[in-house]
Formats: sequence, structure tokens, C-alpha cells
Amino acid sequence: MSDFFTTQERARYARHFTLPEFGEEGQRKLKQSSVLVIGAGGLGSPLLLYLAAAGVGRIGIVEFDQVDESNLQRQVLYTIGDLGQSKGEVAVRRLRALNPLVEVEHYPTRLSSENALSIFRGYDLVADGTDNFPTRYLVNDACVLSGIPNVYASIFRFEGQVSVFNLLRADGARGPNYRSLFPQPPPPGMVPSCAEGGVLGVLPGIVGSLQASEAIKVLTGIGDPLDGRLFLFDAASFSSRILKIPDTPGPAITELIDYEEFCGLAPSTAVKEIGVQEFFEMRERGVDFQLIDVREPYEVEIAELGGELIPPAEIERSADRIARDKMVVLHCRSGRRSADAVRLLEERFGFDNLYNLRGGILAWADEIDPSMAKY
Amino acid sequence: MQLTILAFGIAKDILGRRELQLEVPDDTTVRDLKDRLLERYPEFSRLVSLAIAVNSEYSAEDVLLQERDEIALIPPVSGG
Repeated sequence: MSDFFTTQERARYARHFTLPEFGEEGQRKLKQSSVLVIGAGGLGSPLLLYLAAAGVGRIGIVEFDQVDESNLQRQVLYTIGDLGQSKGEVAVRRLRALNPLVEVEHYPTRLSSENALSIFRGYDLVADGTDNFPTRYLVNDACVLSGIPNVYASIFRFEGQVSVFNLLRADGARGPNYRSLFPQPPPPGMVPSCAEGGVLGVLPGIVGSLQASEAIKVLTGIGDPLDGRLFLFDAASFSSRILKIPDTPGPAITELIDYEEFCGLAPSTAVKEIGVQEFFEMRERGVDFQLIDVREPYEVEIAELGGELIPPAEIERSADRIARDKMVVLHCRSGRRSADAVRLLEERFGFDNLYNLRGGILAWADEIDPSMAKY
Repeated sequence: MQLTILAFGIAKDILGRRELQLEVPDDTTVRDLKDRLLERYPEFSRLVSLAIAVNSEYSAEDVLLQERDEIALIPPVSGG
């Protein structure tokens, strides 16, 4: 027996040692490998816990956020006592307590085109658990440029997607990447985030565990990873599908770009706005105007201002419900989606009577009605 | 012929349902189907990155559809 493993390691990883196909060889590969996890949120929680428990030698965590109460419904790394603390620091402590034999490093920064390549350097694999499109494309492109596989997972309400991108194949070629699937991002505000659209708390537990499983398979060379395939899961109907992704190369990736701009999030044309104070006074005075709420139905149940609901996906279809002969105020949670909606309606339908409620529900809760739920 | 269309993610909101049976002419391609959906559901025009799979395989736009094909509309999702 080699002395690569200590007695303690042999005890800890006993079930892996006895697992056919895995064994000492699989464990050795895990111990000698490194994984960079982007985002320690819903997906990152199970992902980090299982990678550390399994004995991946070195784990990096890119996370700049703090623990918020609304995280605890699904981000099982954190507890009440961690509220307000740095997620990355809490995660590092938690993983070291779980398995002191693995090395854990925290990068307390927002991943950017400037820092991505230097952070990725030295890692064998990246696992993407971020929560926004610009970072998804950045992680993908940086993996392609660095020659690192990207174990990808993403969630939405009751649904999850998992795939393994940019995997080095036996013939020396690389498997498809995120851009082979989705060459262009959706326009801003079109696809709700978890904060906007909601997410079933256990869903990232399921999907992030699948992501951990794929990462371990890639690192150990066991089984058939989801290379060239996209796994889709719908918890609501309990259905799943695996879709084949063609090998045809996606757009060439030669450098990192401005991903905020690529995803349409760069400073865009200003729209007419109204502040919550002014809006409040207008209401008090009984001014005749129409209020449109451009959030998802679920959000209305949490907090509302009594507007007519038109979710972002239905705006074009519902343009004829919007008045042209009086002032119209559009609002959402933060004012971002409603600004997008004003822009869309002005461009496509020529409206000139639309105003965005600056700061949305959040500003209303802060400045007018503290009893309104912030979410 | 009749096609079964399965919607994922935000495509479900646009269709207003998860599954749709759609009657189309016999020589319909993926591109024709896209145009038809766009006509009925203009919001699809904004979803530039919608992936379309025919019988669990990503499909090029010129693929001719067959009776009983299952079409999946898969938009990107970003949650984590």
C-alpha cells in the first residue's frame, strides 16, 4: 500500500476507496485537483459542501456578497448567526470545519474581465453557480481562453439546467460551450432572476448536487460527463430531458469583452422618471393616471402598490392595455425592469406618456411605507 | 400535421402554458415554426437566444419537421 494517503484520509474516504471504479486512484486524482467555484449561493452551497466532503485537494470560492435573510431558504451553507457576514468567509470556515484536509481559498471580489484569467490560472476545473447573464458569459469565455472545463448549472423557479462545457476530449478537441447553446444573451429584464421570479428552495440543492457530481466525474475521469449534452429538470412536473448539443463550433472567443455591455446592461438611454415622494403626493391629490406593475404575479403577493399587473414577458402583447391619453407610471421592485419596459414601449409602440417609478417597491418601502415588505 | 411543443423557462410564460399542440402544414421547417410562433406570440422576437430542440436534439433552422415530433423551446436561465 502506498503512503500517499494518511490513516486519517483512509478512514474519511473509506466509502470512496471501496467504491468500484473510484477506489484509491479516484481519490488520489481528487486530492491532486483543484476546483474554482463561482458564487457561493444556492448552487454554490451544496456544490462546495460536497466537493469539500469528497476531498477535492484545493477549492477556490469567488464571492463578494454578504449573507442575507432571504438566502437562508435555499443556501444551506449559512445560518442565522451568519447574517450580514461575508459569504466567502463563512463558507471557508464551514468547509474547513467539514474537512480540514482540503485547502480552501476565498476571492472576495466580483469576477470581471480584468481579474478572471488570473484567478482561473492554476485551477483544473471551474464550476459556475453565478446568478446573472454577464457573469455566465464571462465565466464561459474565460474557461475557453484558459482551457479549463466549465461545469455549468443554472436554475429558474422549478427548473434547472446542467452541462459540462469546454471539456477536453480524447481526440484533443474541446466540447461545446455556453455560446454554442446560447450565442446571444436575452435582452435585460426578459428572463427574471431568482430574486425577481422566485425559486423553489430545494431546487438548487438538487441541481447543485448534480453539478458537484459532474465535477467529481470530470476530475476523476469516471463515467460519462454531460459533455455535449444539456440536462433539463423540472421539479414541478418531475420531468427531465437530456438534449444533445451539436459539435458545430459556436462563435470564436478570442478575448474577454465588456459583458455588461454585451448583455445590454451598460448605461442605456434615460427614461422619464418620477420619485416615490412625488408619486405619493400625486395619489393623495387624486391625479388621474394609470399605474402598471411590470413584475411577476408571485411578487405582487409579497408587496404591491395596486397597479395593473403586466409581467415583462407579456408587455408587447398587452400594449393596448396601456393608456395614451393620460400619464402612465410603470413600476417594479427596484425600477430596473420598469425602465426597460418604458424603453421598449417607447421604441416599439411610440408611447410618450410613460414614467418610471424610480427605485420601485424598494424606494416606496424606504421612504413612504416602512411596513411594506422588501424582498 | 400536429406538433407537440414543450416550453421551458420564460417560454412557458410567453406561451401561457407548458405544452402546446400546434397544427402546421406538412412541409414545415424549424424556421417556419419559429415564424408561426412569432406571429402568435410576438414576445419571442425579443428572446433572441431561444434554443429549439427537435426530439431531444438541437436543431438547425432548415430541418423539416415530421408528424408527432416533439419540439422543446429552451431559453437561457441565469439563476444560481
